[in-house]
Amino acid sequence: MKKKRLIPIVLLRNGWIVQSVSFKEYKNLGNPVFSVKRLSEWCSDELIYLDITQDGAKYDMRRDDIHMMNHSSISEIIENVSNSAFMPLCFGGGIRNIADIEERLRSGADKVSVNRALYKDPEFVKQAAKEFGSQCIIGSVDYVGEGENAKVFNVQTRSATDLNLIDFCKHVEDLGIGEILLNSVERDGLKTGFDIEQIDRISKLVRIPVIACGGCGNWEHLAEVFNKTDADAVAAANIFQHVDQSTYLAKEHLFQQGHNVRKPDFVEL
Amino acid sequence: MKVVILDYGSGNVGSLSNMLKALGYEYKVSNKEEDIIGSSHLILPGVGAFDAVMKKISGNIPMNTLLEEVLTNKKPILGICVGMQVLADYGYENGKHEGLGLIHGEVKQIDTKAILPHVGWNDIQINAESDLFLDMEDISDFYFVHSYHFLPTDKASVLATTEYGDKRFVSVVRRDNIMGVQFHPEKSQDVGKLLVRNFVEYSS
Repeated sequence: MKKKRLIPIVLLRNGWIVQSVSFKEYKNLGNPVFSVKRLSEWCSDELIYLDITQDGAKYDMRRDDIHMMNHSSISEIIENVSNSAFMPLCFGGGIRNIADIEERLRSGADKVSVNRALYKDPEFVKQAAKEFGSQCIIGSVDYVGEGENAKVFNVQTRSATDLNLIDFCKHVEDLGIGEILLNSVERDGLKTGFDIEQIDRISKLVRIPVIACGGCGNWEHLAEVFNKTDADAVAAANIFQHVDQSTYLAKEHLFQQGHNVRKPDFVEL
Repeated sequence: MKVVILDYGSGNVGSLSNMLKALGYEYKVSNKEEDIIGSSHLILPGVGAFDAVMKKISGNIPMNTLLEEVLTNKKPILGICVGMQVLADYGYENGKHEGLGLIHGEVKQIDTKAILPHVGWNDIQINAESDLFLDMEDISDFYFVHSYHFLPTDKASVLATTEYGDKRFVSVVRRDNIMGVQFHPEKSQDVGKLLVRNFVEYSS
């Protein structure tokens, strides 16, 4: 039987891994490659890498003094990440055309995620899903507000759009994308738990898998998503960066409760 | 020991190369006659549609050399994903197309109500013992991405199956030195590594 997934999200800003609170504050956490290798060794099922670098900014970490690798482009980062992680990798951020997707896939990505293109350029998203297959395109949907009145959130302008979240999710499914990454902006970094009501609603509404994100503060919050909704995967960013063996412990928690997840194992070869 | 990843323009073989490197094997990505002859093991990767992949294979790989190495010299070969599917006689993606005919059978779309493609981690149920599964648990999870499946003519070719939705499909096939896996070992972390190790170390 197909397994439910546990997905760490790594946020990248100007070449650093960062922690985000409410999409506003960012704290640098470290090198983009080392952390990914650890997450892979700790039984993550997949990895989502979101590049939230503002347009025009540099990827260089400007730290030659500490002998860390300086990355000049997102492709180089993807290459380095895919060298150390034997699992499916998704990269998002700055994807506006077919060539952007080709570049990421060539560097070692298995999937890409699109965000603003979902409403700014739906024709491109449709074309991308057709050309690379639905499994290759994740629609990343940020939202604010509660219940049926929740609105899609524009990360660039940091404001809510007029788009109704529920209609929007149905619409992006019709574009042919393979999954929806549903992210509650208001819960980002708060550690108070997932927006269960909304995740439940959206995961019952669409046929494609929903990845729930936003608000994870402990392993039980992850279990709650699988207990109460039809989400196919749970994702979190901050919490997995702070605890040693984080994804392994999270997986073990889910496995021991009898959830349909991959057995957490360390196999030494 | 030298593993050759058959290069016919199938796209990214980075993870596969890195996995071989991590396991400490000498490897080369190549379509040259002398490399194929000089190899100890062959891997046929595959991403894309059956017909497109077959077209690229026949256009880029010296077919006579490949067939002689595999059929006459019995060199172990492992097909991955579409690389496994093209081992069949025929595939039905975008019309009927001829495959390599190395393991008899056909490749058809999975007939299921569940959503396609089948993407994600799923377990394989082992039907027949094989060196490929050495040190592996009975039910191990691998990473899959596909909409089509292999229907072997000879049931003895089926080494493992996997359940998806209301269907069970063939996930590992083998005929002598010719092996194929529907999943991506290079994306399946440790258990994927184990399978690749078993292929290289024990299937010769």
